[in-house]
Amino acid sequence: MSVIMSRRDLDFVLFEWLDTAELLQHKPFDEHTPETVASVLDLAEQLSTDLFAPHNRLGDLQEPSFDGTTVHVVPEAGVALKAFAEAGFVAAALPEAVGGMQVPASVFSAALSWFHAANAGTGAYALLTTAAANLIAHHGDSRLRETFVPPMLDGHFFGTMALSEPQAGSSLADITTRAEPQDDGSYRVFGRKMWISGGDHELSDNIVHLVLARTPGAPAGTRGISLFLVPKYLVAEDGSRGERNDVTLAGINHKMGYRGTVNTAPVFGDGAFQPGGLPGAVGYLIGSEGSGLPIMFTMMNEARIGVGLGATALATTGYLKSLAYARERLQGRPVGTGPGSPQVPLVEHPDIRRMLLAQKAYAEGALALVLYAARLVDDAAAHPDRADEANAVLGLLTPIVKSWPSMWGPRANDLAIQILGGAGYTRDHDIEQHYRDNRLNPIHEGTHGIQALDLLGRKVLMDQGRALGLLGARMADTVQRAQTAGGPAAEYAALLAPRVARLGEVTKGLAGLDDPAAVTADASLYLDAAGHIVVAWLWLDQLLAVADKDGPFYDGKRSAAAYFFRRELPTVDPLLNILAASDRVTLDLDASVL
Amino acid sequence: MNIVVCVKYVPDAQADRGFDESDLTTNRESVDGLLSELDEYAVEEALKIAEAGEGEVTVVTIGPDKAADAVKKALQMGADKGVHISDEAIRGSDAFATSLLLAKAIEKIGAPDLVITGMASTDGTMGVVPAMLAERLGLPQVTFASELTVDGDGVTIRRDGDTASETIIAKLPALVSVTDQINEPRYPSFKGIMAAKKKPVETWSLADLGVDAGAVGAAGAYTKVLSVTKRPPREQGQIVTDEGDGGSKLADFLASRKFI
Repeated sequence: MSVIMSRRDLDFVLFEWLDTAELLQHKPFDEHTPETVASVLDLAEQLSTDLFAPHNRLGDLQEPSFDGTTVHVVPEAGVALKAFAEAGFVAAALPEAVGGMQVPASVFSAALSWFHAANAGTGAYALLTTAAANLIAHHGDSRLRETFVPPMLDGHFFGTMALSEPQAGSSLADITTRAEPQDDGSYRVFGRKMWISGGDHELSDNIVHLVLARTPGAPAGTRGISLFLVPKYLVAEDGSRGERNDVTLAGINHKMGYRGTVNTAPVFGDGAFQPGGLPGAVGYLIGSEGSGLPIMFTMMNEARIGVGLGATALATTGYLKSLAYARERLQGRPVGTGPGSPQVPLVEHPDIRRMLLAQKAYAEGALALVLYAARLVDDAAAHPDRADEANAVLGLLTPIVKSWPSMWGPRANDLAIQILGGAGYTRDHDIEQHYRDNRLNPIHEGTHGIQALDLLGRKVLMDQGRALGLLGARMADTVQRAQTAGGPAAEYAALLAPRVARLGEVTKGLAGLDDPAAVTADASLYLDAAGHIVVAWLWLDQLLAVADKDGPFYDGKRSAAAYFFRRELPTVDPLLNILAASDRVTLDLDASVL
Repeated sequence: MNIVVCVKYVPDAQADRGFDESDLTTNRESVDGLLSELDEYAVEEALKIAEAGEGEVTVVTIGPDKAADAVKKALQMGADKGVHISDEAIRGSDAFATSLLLAKAIEKIGAPDLVITGMASTDGTMGVVPAMLAERLGLPQVTFASELTVDGDGVTIRRDGDTASETIIAKLPALVSVTDQINEPRYPSFKGIMAAKKKPVETWSLADLGVDAGAVGAAGAYTKVLSVTKRPPREQGQIVTDEGDGGSKLADFLASRKFI
């Protein structure tokens, strides 16, 4: 059985819980069948096992290097990414009209989890390219679509998202990169970016940077930001690679994890090259001037779900590897047996089982959360009459989908290391790398704090709390069905319902505060509590799909649900108490006393 | 050029495989099955030949319902059509019966120019079916090909031995078995997966092939599995401490196990 992902669990979530077979009866997904979905998952497992997992450690130990001109990445990454693109994964989820295969987002996410788990570092290049191609396909004009999307889909061009700058990370309103319009309709871009993954390498023929910049006279703040496509090499009329654009690197960053993905500090228009004999990096406007951030956020939301998926996948593979180790490794004896008795596998010790069950509850809860969100994307496409509701719930859940797996995935990896003991702390085993890789997820694509502000400061309060109301209705429906089902489901529903109500009360209380700073001062605690309540809800909903089915797999689901409801859900109470009390200990803190 | 590729649906070699205690046949319920990896090389070689000229590739397999997955995988790789021979009476067939069924199926498909097989299955690993099948079909058997060239009305292979390589030429039609050195099998693609849905797959019974039930299955087998023994659990490894003589110790260990 694979220790990369659990195919059994993916099949359960997709087919026994989310009823993917029903989704496939609706356009635009009706060309697919459960059999083709199974083949796609088979293919993801095979490619990730054969080509991505084998160089996961190599990419970590031999992190990318920059010799002043060229970035060097282990060649195995190029082989794997070529096969990924040739198999059609870059194009899979895009609409048929732009050369895609119209695979549902929920299915595509399930398939991608294999690559995240097998090799997060190499997988990132492909996922960035998928997201960038998707953005250009949706927002670029016909020339940009025709020039750049096909070579991105077939893996010849890779993509990046160039948002942050040395002085502006989370605060995008403060970016200073500028774009000057030219007579031919193009722009010349000047400025420095920071923390740009995949910003330079030799893995592809060209790199397509999506760059946020300001145009002359643009208003201050986020409304003055526009989005530009800036290729590393210009593309000739016939599609061949043209002149080198003025995109270079100031250097690369050396990270704790995710080392296989080169992280760069690109420089645009610094004069190293002069395309067309003029200064500046040639850029092409996507959308209209001033609309850069909303357009980029269509990609960011996709990227944020992708981050949640990545954190989930790393949590899962850490769980599976520590489980396999605990089943094989003989160590110690059960309490009450003498020193002469044979040693037992680690898994026989209750404290080890506690750490395994916690990981299972986090990893499988996170998988349910991410694939539920992806299914909302699919529902919006398959049922236009219900798209508004699906998008509202998705918008509300997105910060949780990004952040909850990112907080609890590393925690799961932490427990996996603990199970292996000293071995887990060595580089002889994969798990310490998974932990380091996963530690990026609460940081990139909007930190945990940014997600918390997005959730409490925007999503729950917008439209008079409409999205929260819609989510609450879905939770109430699950609770009602659980009460009808009786047994443990009813028991857990009785634990969940009052906490959902309490979250609503706390939200109203926060919304009513006079001091705007006080509303979001502890937004991170709010996100933590809301995340646990949402995941508990999804555990309950999964339990209803388990129903009275027999077998170890279903018993495992029952055990993980019991763990989450009895051990995890109660931890939201102190958080909600702090929020309800409007505690100001951090808000009023004089930073000079620290 | 019309090519028939014979493939087998086998239990995943990475899984913990077992046998059905009642008749000592492979227990297929407890383990996932897949297209035998050695047969992927045969499919790939057929596709390369077909793509270089004109013609089509037909994939044939024998086995229970799930064996259709082996055909499906080959179709997703690019084969044109499939045949699945399935009949409850086939359960327990040996290599002799397998070659009989394949021969009957190939005759029914129509005289192909080339029949390609893997060098052996990854479960039985006997490697005798290609020779038996060639004999039944009256075709020249050109086995263990590490390189295969089709030229006009002939086929040339290279067979690698321990000390020399042989070049063997045969006239078409012929049967060629290929090794895992001959190519790098392609992965299916999304396009291949979608295209495979529309490719024809026929399921044939013994009656369709005109084969008597007594000629196949356990009753018609010339070989019999008398007993099976579970693989012993993995033993703890031996740690060699290098005190300046690590190389010698390793060499002694390998020699004691007859690896060198």
